[in-house]
Amino acid sequence: MTSVSEIMESMEYGPSVEDASAVREWLKARGPFGHFIGGSFTKPAESFDSIDPARSEVLAQVSQGSAKDVARAVRAARKAQPGWAALGGHERARFLYAIARTIQKRERFLSVLETLDNGKPLRESRDIDVPLVVRHFYHHAGWAELRDSEFPGHAPLGVCGQIIPWNFPLLMLAWKVAPALAAGNTVVLKPAEYTSLTALAFAEICQQVGLPAGVVNIVTGDGATGAALVAAEVDKIAFTGSTEVGRQIARTLAGTSQRLTLELGGKSPFVVMDDADLDAAVEGVVDSIWFNQGQVCCAGSRILVAEAVADRFEHLLQMRMAKLRVGPPLDKSTDVGAIVHPVQKQRIAQICAAAVAAGAELVGGAEGQGCFIAPGYLRNIAPGNPGMTEEIFGPIATLSTFRTPDEAADLANSTHYGLAASVWSESATVATDMAARIKAGVVWVNSANLFDAAAPFGGVRDSGYGREGGHEGMLDYLRAPAMKPGRDSTPAAVSAVPDSGSSGDPAQIDRTAKLYIGGAQKRPDAGASYAAQGQLVPLGGRKDIRNAVEAAHAGRGKWAGLGAHGRAQVLYFLAENLSQRREELAAFAPASEIDCAIRRCFFYAGFADKFDGRTVAAKPGHLVTVLHEPHGVMGVVCPNDAPLAGFVSLVLPAIAMGNAVVAVPSQDRPMAALTLAQVLDCSDVSAGVVNMITGPREELALALARHDDVQALWAVGPAELLRPVEEAAAQVLTPVCAPSAKDWTAAEVEGREFLRAATRTKTIWLPYGALPAGTGSAAY
Amino acid sequence: MDMATTQRNPGTDLTPEWFDRIAVNTPAAERRASSLTARRSLKKEWQAAWLLNAVRCIDLTTLSGDDTPDRVARLCAKALQPIAPEQLAAMGVKSLTTGAVCVYPTMVEAARRALAGSAVPVASVATGFPAGLMPLDLRLAEIRYARDEGADEIDIVISRALVLCGDWSALYDELCAMREACGPALMKAILATGELKTLTNVARASHVAMQAGADFIKTSTGKEPVNATLPVSLVMLRAIRDYHDRTGFRVGFKPAGGLKTAKDALNWQVLMAEELGRDWLRPSLFRIGASSLLGDIERQISHYVTGRYAASSRLTMG
Repeated sequence: MTSVSEIMESMEYGPSVEDASAVREWLKARGPFGHFIGGSFTKPAESFDSIDPARSEVLAQVSQGSAKDVARAVRAARKAQPGWAALGGHERARFLYAIARTIQKRERFLSVLETLDNGKPLRESRDIDVPLVVRHFYHHAGWAELRDSEFPGHAPLGVCGQIIPWNFPLLMLAWKVAPALAAGNTVVLKPAEYTSLTALAFAEICQQVGLPAGVVNIVTGDGATGAALVAAEVDKIAFTGSTEVGRQIARTLAGTSQRLTLELGGKSPFVVMDDADLDAAVEGVVDSIWFNQGQVCCAGSRILVAEAVADRFEHLLQMRMAKLRVGPPLDKSTDVGAIVHPVQKQRIAQICAAAVAAGAELVGGAEGQGCFIAPGYLRNIAPGNPGMTEEIFGPIATLSTFRTPDEAADLANSTHYGLAASVWSESATVATDMAARIKAGVVWVNSANLFDAAAPFGGVRDSGYGREGGHEGMLDYLRAPAMKPGRDSTPAAVSAVPDSGSSGDPAQIDRTAKLYIGGAQKRPDAGASYAAQGQLVPLGGRKDIRNAVEAAHAGRGKWAGLGAHGRAQVLYFLAENLSQRREELAAFAPASEIDCAIRRCFFYAGFADKFDGRTVAAKPGHLVTVLHEPHGVMGVVCPNDAPLAGFVSLVLPAIAMGNAVVAVPSQDRPMAALTLAQVLDCSDVSAGVVNMITGPREELALALARHDDVQALWAVGPAELLRPVEEAAAQVLTPVCAPSAKDWTAAEVEGREFLRAATRTKTIWLPYGALPAGTGSAAY
Repeated sequence: MDMATTQRNPGTDLTPEWFDRIAVNTPAAERRASSLTARRSLKKEWQAAWLLNAVRCIDLTTLSGDDTPDRVARLCAKALQPIAPEQLAAMGVKSLTTGAVCVYPTMVEAARRALAGSAVPVASVATGFPAGLMPLDLRLAEIRYARDEGADEIDIVISRALVLCGDWSALYDELCAMREACGPALMKAILATGELKTLTNVARASHVAMQAGADFIKTSTGKEPVNATLPVSLVMLRAIRDYHDRTGFRVGFKPAGGLKTAKDALNWQVLMAEELGRDWLRPSLFRIGASSLLGDIERQISHYVTGRYAASSRLTMG
């Protein structure tokens, strides 16, 4: 034993290890574990070990779920779902509340179990993970109670398959299960094979609170079990994990009507402006990449720092890094625990080695015995270095510099991903501008890795789509009131021969229909036409799509910069001009469609400045704003029927929100849209905002789906069209929306659902407080 | 650049560029302060040792209108023997005193007498404590009086108005004059952070005090509405760190008025160790201005040694 006087000399901390005996007893008494299906545990079969990565010690045996197990679980969930939904919001709220309370009462047990199974420091499981889990169930008990009043006409999706990762096992379970149950769905959840144990403890809590059998089902196993769940008859898949697996799931579900939300990888920028509080920013790095051993999908892993303060920042960063304690996760003085599994540790080491081989310098980051890696960062790193582009998923950041705010934004956005960002500046003007410029689902101003059940979380680009948390998260577990679905007609085969006897009025000068790109009439790249509506219509192709996307990007900044009121004015002016050009349009569209077009202009002009985001009550002292941002450039493949109404019903909500559009008009009857192009021209719709490429629908839709710089795609058509389009879009995780309507002029074919699909949310966190707590600051 | 720990901070010319661009992000400072104490844990003998270290850093203080020489003598007796000798013996610790005794200037002589023959220094407040709103010549005269009475350390208060008006050169000049008046006595500059309000003010005032040659910077008089807090301390420690980085001189830190429990004593030491390093856990660079804190530490120590929680009537009164 070290003597007190010796310690008074060394002033070391000494060990402070949390007692895990209660958890070990539970594991001994309860293991080996089967699946949790239909309210009870199955007999364990085909077991694999769940290991404590810190001590390489086997904690329990867990069962490998087969396709049969998954099918049983889905059947149990299917059977339970109607009853669960019929219980009503209040009854569901009671169950969610009971779950929240029970987890709260067992927080010590659950945090120790999580730390044993995952390797994360007890401080984090105890102070961050489990409190957030509790908060999530409380928050969603509220949504269960309020579902009917706050989401009128909405219905649950049915059975949700949910696949979660190993970095925040119980927290990710809560993020998935709580909203699904609140909405009235039942679930089949597959935890990650490295970390099944808290999910199984959660199953026990479901039993304890008397949750009806089959509402929550948990099938353990590896990727094969997950694949079986994706292939199963479920109404939605919610997946959190790697981008690669997310892509596979998106491909698998292409052409089905199953809903999909994906929360995938990231390489999030951490931007330190020259007027930042550098100490605060350094602490932000600790909370970002040195949190949970860097195994955080939204970790600020790319540090970008203004050249003017880079030396001082790095000095402070190194001093802070030296103070971090790597050690036993159960020790309450540990900052950095164990990597979840030797495979992951090896992966981290490999990327670091590749980064160093490519010229970067690794500071810190030493590999320890077992699953430990010391915190570190890569400096002198080029933009193309693998350490800069790949998600390391370990405690290793990159550090590089920028000169000016625009360069900071460009570097921040120079990535496949778009999950989160952290921006540090003491200027509200600068910080909010950076928050607007960076493409990400979540932006933390002067903070990092803040989470709350009320604040939507999710990404853009290769980081996936869909949101978890708050109002937005609930919508991803609900079905909006349906439009009457229709079956769009199949376009005629493309032919270059005009219909006989319809060569137009000889008294008129020949009309040359052209593509509409960048506000100008353009001949198709191939120089070919096809016959439609008795005319020769330009036969657009892949290169025209390319040109149109380029023109759309060139035009969208000015359009978005007009602001909502400015865009509304343009849409009203468009209505005015449509009204004046009725006769001309009447040649190509019935009066009902022209009336519809004028109405839609008014509707979306009216909505342009009213589809507001919200501020959410996440935490005191934090202004948390959820913005509806346009996607950017949207591809819109219009129905073959309703050549004008179909076109405006899709294009108008998209541009009202500030998107630029590359539209593929009705293949058989493109003339209404092409005539509309001239009306757009004279209505101050700025160049490049609406582009039209006529031609074969499928080929053009695929060209849009294969263009990486199209941020969202709407496509109307049969499953045979949608499947290849969605498969192609999966490559860069472009969200695809496939609206279907029986009558495109109907009033139901407009509204919030279209605006929601034309935008994605960005959650911006802004902690405030001029004064410290206790001195009267409004923040506290 | 690093000067020996024993070398006094001589101060520098007034150098506003070291502090005029500082802008402390308050929520971030508070987040760091609150998570820090949850990041480190001290148990058993480690906790006992850290508590005893806190004791040797305490400036055992009485600053009341009803102070008398006998009351001060009793306090000094406690300073000489803050923990019961049998308990120290049980822990194998030979001797332990508090870091200093801190009194009003008119009580210095009584303290000096009571502490005669020991190494425990006498600290005196001065400069119109606690408000400091006296003419400068009187404030300087008070420093000289306290020194003449035998004070080893002088806890001066700064003019808050000069901070609130941003008149850094006037503040610097005043503090330089005070430092000169202190002569060989250590100067602890009390910033009265509860009246400076913003953390940015605290950071800038800390720099000016160090540039004027303060040996310690101290949070509070104990008489402000808000006294030492962890976020305020964090900001002052970072100023000390920056000053050390630039000059090589180590300036001490003294939180005062906000530390009441053994847990507080541990939290502040963790803050020192994590933000500045273990050198700053010695009485030469760390003092705790407190009166009631010692009682709670005694109870914890007593529990560590005996396994029982002591009634306050069983502990020696200070």
